[in-house]
Amino acid sequence: MLSLRNLSFSAENESGEKEILKNINLDIEDGFSVITGPNGGGKSTLAKIITGIIKPSSGSILLDGEDITGLSITERAKKGISLAFQQPVRFKGITVHDLISLAAGKSISVTEACDYLSEVGLCARDYINREVNASLSGGELKRIEIATVLARSTKVSVFDEPEAGIDLWSFNNLIKVFEKMHGKSGGSIIIISHQERILNIADKIIVISDGSIKATGKKQDILPELLGKTDIGCEKLTCEAENQ
Amino acid sequence: MNNTELELLKIIADMDGKPEGAFNIRANGGLADRQVTENIDIKTKTDKPGIDIIIKPGTKNEKVHIPVIISETGLSDTVYNDFFVGDGADVEIVAGCGIHNCGSEESRHDGIHSFYVGKNARVRYIEKHFGEGDGNGERNMNPTTIVNIAEGGYMEMETTQIRGIDSTNRVTLAKLDKSATLIIKEKLMTHGCQHAQTDFTVDLDGENSSANVISRSVAKDNSSQTFLSKINGNNICSGHTECDAIIMDNAHVSAIPEITANHIDASLIHEAAIGKIAGEQLIKLMTLGLSESEAEEQIVNGFLK
Repeated sequence: MLSLRNLSFSAENESGEKEILKNINLDIEDGFSVITGPNGGGKSTLAKIITGIIKPSSGSILLDGEDITGLSITERAKKGISLAFQQPVRFKGITVHDLISLAAGKSISVTEACDYLSEVGLCARDYINREVNASLSGGELKRIEIATVLARSTKVSVFDEPEAGIDLWSFNNLIKVFEKMHGKSGGSIIIISHQERILNIADKIIVISDGSIKATGKKQDILPELLGKTDIGCEKLTCEAENQ
Repeated sequence: MNNTELELLKIIADMDGKPEGAFNIRANGGLADRQVTENIDIKTKTDKPGIDIIIKPGTKNEKVHIPVIISETGLSDTVYNDFFVGDGADVEIVAGCGIHNCGSEESRHDGIHSFYVGKNARVRYIEKHFGEGDGNGERNMNPTTIVNIAEGGYMEMETTQIRGIDSTNRVTLAKLDKSATLIIKEKLMTHGCQHAQTDFTVDLDGENSSANVISRSVAKDNSSQTFLSKINGNNICSGHTECDAIIMDNAHVSAIPEITANHIDASLIHEAAIGKIAGEQLIKLMTLGLSESEAEEQIVNGFLK
């Protein structure tokens, strides 16, 4: 279980110091947890704090009871925390096969690498030897990014807006990927998303707005209010049909 | 040859024992071994050090290995190798130079390679440079490559300086006839206090000739690199030159591409980019469990692969 205790984060901007996250207290158990809320509310910042990319101004992070607040990105990765970036990173010279092997932590066969790519809806043999660079489209890069997290198979997997830049077919596929992943790893899958269909597969929904947790609870308790009302601190979610 | 020299051959020319096909091994300024084939002859020059490699017209799918190794400190070796590739031939030429210097004096190799690529011939040329040894004598290499490609000819050059070369001045001069094509892919790494200069000049003289000059380099520590690339479009032609460099530590890199159109239908492009490893690249690989130094190594190795 991942626990966040009294977590705050402030950053300097033109108008002085701004509090991005305010006293976050949260327990994330095994299963699907979806973090949602308006843009600029602090969701991606929270993902970066969980993975060690940025350090909190105060508070602590516990993984299965162990305080990991002071651990580096690498140390947290080795403890079993993964992140699929919202904006995938490009590499000149590193192939898709290389990147998936690095994610798996060992040299893996072409067939194994292709299996991960197929899971995210890529026709694997067409991609395996391509460089992870600008020759790939945003949607292709996004799916490769998700495949790297699948290859890691860690106890905590964080996906920052996995649906962004993905076509409808792949989006349908993505839902199946998450379900399969949960069954396989049995760990915590944390998805930052605005998508109703992703919210629908959540065991737990956390609503973050203006740096604070506005609501948290089971899907059946949070989702109706989230879709129908605006009184939990964020705007009504946009319907999936309108988005795609 | 001793084990050190055999190891050098493996690194620079992928040779593990005698290769198939023609080869000429030059070691410490002299001939170490040679083999010719029915289609590829190798002759020692009589007026200056070096060899002539004569490839018969129409020769297909054959390889020639011509590595040079130096394991003596204080040796300065200059060699002139001329390649005559017959019309319609399709061959691969593997060159390369390795220096093992355990002494205190400079070891140096200056190789002047001239290529005469016949009509409609195709050549893939692979050249690797590598230096090692725990002496404080410098390991220097100055390759000059002169390329003449006849009508319809094609040449692809993959030149790599792996590591360990203190100073290098790499000059390439090319002239292309009608419908000839030249592709150059250079990969270069400098470290310590090394200096490397690359200087390409390509004359696109023939109608519909084309050239693509691509350089990827990494400069580490206090090393320095200068990349000069000139493409002259003298006819209806297309040319592209690109320098992409990663700079690290206290290194210095200059990229000076130059394109000159001397014909209204010359289409020429240059690109140059120098920058440090992007922080987001390091972070991504660190989220996969690599340390910062391991991530850096992966990025550099991938970039120069």
